[in-house]
Amino acid sequence: MSAVTAALADGWVVAKRNLIKIKRIPDLLIFSTIQPIMFVLLFAYVFGGAIIIPGISYREFLMPGIFVQTVAFGAGITAIGLADDLQKGIVDRFRSLPMSRAAVLVGRTTSDLINNIFVVVVMSVTGLLVGWRIHTGVLDGIYGYLLLFAFGYAMSWISAVIGLSVKSVEVAQSAGFIWMFPLTFLSNAFVSTATLPGWLQPVAEWNPISSMVLSLRKLWGNVSSDPVYNGSGFPAEHAIPLAIGWIVLILIIFVPLAISRYRKAASR
Amino acid sequence: MADAIVADGLVKQYGSVRALSGLDLRVPEGTVLGLLGPNGAGKTTSVRIITTLLRPDEGRCLVNGIDVTERPHDVRKIIGVSGQYAAVDEYLTGRENLEMIGRLYHLGKRTARSRAEDLLERFNLTDAANRPVKTYSGGMRRRLDLAGALVISPPIIVLDEPTTGLDPRGRMGMWDVISERVRAGSTLLLTTQYLEEADQLADDIVVIDRGKAIAHGTPDELKKEVGGERLQVTVGNRAETQVAKDILSQVSAGPATVVDHQVTAPITKGAWTLIEAVRRLDAAGIEPVDIGITRASLDDVFMKLTGTTAEAEAEEAENR
Repeated sequence: MSAVTAALADGWVVAKRNLIKIKRIPDLLIFSTIQPIMFVLLFAYVFGGAIIIPGISYREFLMPGIFVQTVAFGAGITAIGLADDLQKGIVDRFRSLPMSRAAVLVGRTTSDLINNIFVVVVMSVTGLLVGWRIHTGVLDGIYGYLLLFAFGYAMSWISAVIGLSVKSVEVAQSAGFIWMFPLTFLSNAFVSTATLPGWLQPVAEWNPISSMVLSLRKLWGNVSSDPVYNGSGFPAEHAIPLAIGWIVLILIIFVPLAISRYRKAASR
Repeated sequence: MADAIVADGLVKQYGSVRALSGLDLRVPEGTVLGLLGPNGAGKTTSVRIITTLLRPDEGRCLVNGIDVTERPHDVRKIIGVSGQYAAVDEYLTGRENLEMIGRLYHLGKRTARSRAEDLLERFNLTDAANRPVKTYSGGMRRRLDLAGALVISPPIIVLDEPTTGLDPRGRMGMWDVISERVRAGSTLLLTTQYLEEADQLADDIVVIDRGKAIAHGTPDELKKEVGGERLQVTVGNRAETQVAKDILSQVSAGPATVVDHQVTAPITKGAWTLIEAVRRLDAAGIEPVDIGITRASLDDVFMKLTGTTAEAEAEEAENR
């Protein structure tokens, strides 16, 4: 077996094990679903009346932002899962077996992706109920979802590095999420970047979250009629290639980093 | 007979703590080596090196002739490992745990399933097979963890304190299962704090302290090293104790010692000394509460070599 097929085959065994856990403690999934639903409802009904977006309802403008935020936060559970496995000594068991070194990470990120897909499905239904629609075709709609899942998967690898670097599950619970607040709010997800202080605007426009959100708005037809709301310059004009570029870049950096962290963390 | 496990001059340093400072081990094929030592002696560190979980700073370790640092993947194919803490998945059932391990050893789906079934039966876990491990008792978890080490019937088994935390019945159950594997031809390295366990299971014992082997031999050899047979007499009161001490000193090979109402003296002539002592005690009008020949226990060995008792160590560990 080549290294890649071994990583995939062993990774799938590990992923199945992680999914059984979700099945046994459904609360995990329920709570990771309730939070984004609450976000949709709160933003839609609290801010929805106050924020006027030209040419489109705030709810429709908002949904791509909440989707991207949700998969980013959903990726945070990768850190918790890995920290938990390290703490309980299961990683020692895995490491003493003749399995692929990458399998624990491939399995964890895969099961977290499946978790994320489920949450996105529930959110899509919630979105449809509050009036969000995909205005383009089926293909663009699917393209958008694939991009969203790929982004969530890439974010899982950043989260994996965090989970393998901290000393306990408790630390992973906050360290895995805390950086996502500035990351997701310093973007075009909830407001136009044009409303930010001047020096912060380029930061928000080049933020991978902004590229992702704008890509989804374009693919799903959730854009404002006023171009100011899309941001300006290169990142706004090339949102989709830029989003794909960010995903690839994150994977190129964080996959090898996570694997080397795994080897070190496991031999502590 | 070839050596299944060889360790030469293993050194491992954690910051300022030297966990191992030149440990040598040899486990001939088909035998059981008991690695005995107090907490912090380096038992777990040696096990982690042998099982490829940790790289030594210095020294070399071969398992079936395969270098653990150069070809760890090949070593993992022939070893079964059970650690100090039962490393089983709480949310999976017993059956799912064993099937998963089988799959990760790359047994086919069907083989992994039937292997899990066999092991569940052998380890008396069939009734609990479909319950999440979360509901298992400590003893059941340890049994499942040990079963996990035996999924491929590995030629070499490494067990780190397999019975720590088990009640006496659970411990004896584990001993049965382990002995059975050894009779089937596996080589076993086992660490323990329980001297009785080493005595019961091991062909050879290495006592380690502060990262180094300080004694090596069969359980009998080690006991002999500390002192051979002793005559022990328990009497009813203090006055008799003094008389008994004088009598024992006359017939023994060395001076008698007294603890409470118990008098002990080293002897070399076995039964003859016992009979002679009984005669003289009888003549002096002393009726012993108890009298007999005892042999040095591994506790004595441990005490003499490490300057502390295993029980004290274990207690200290529990209080920590």
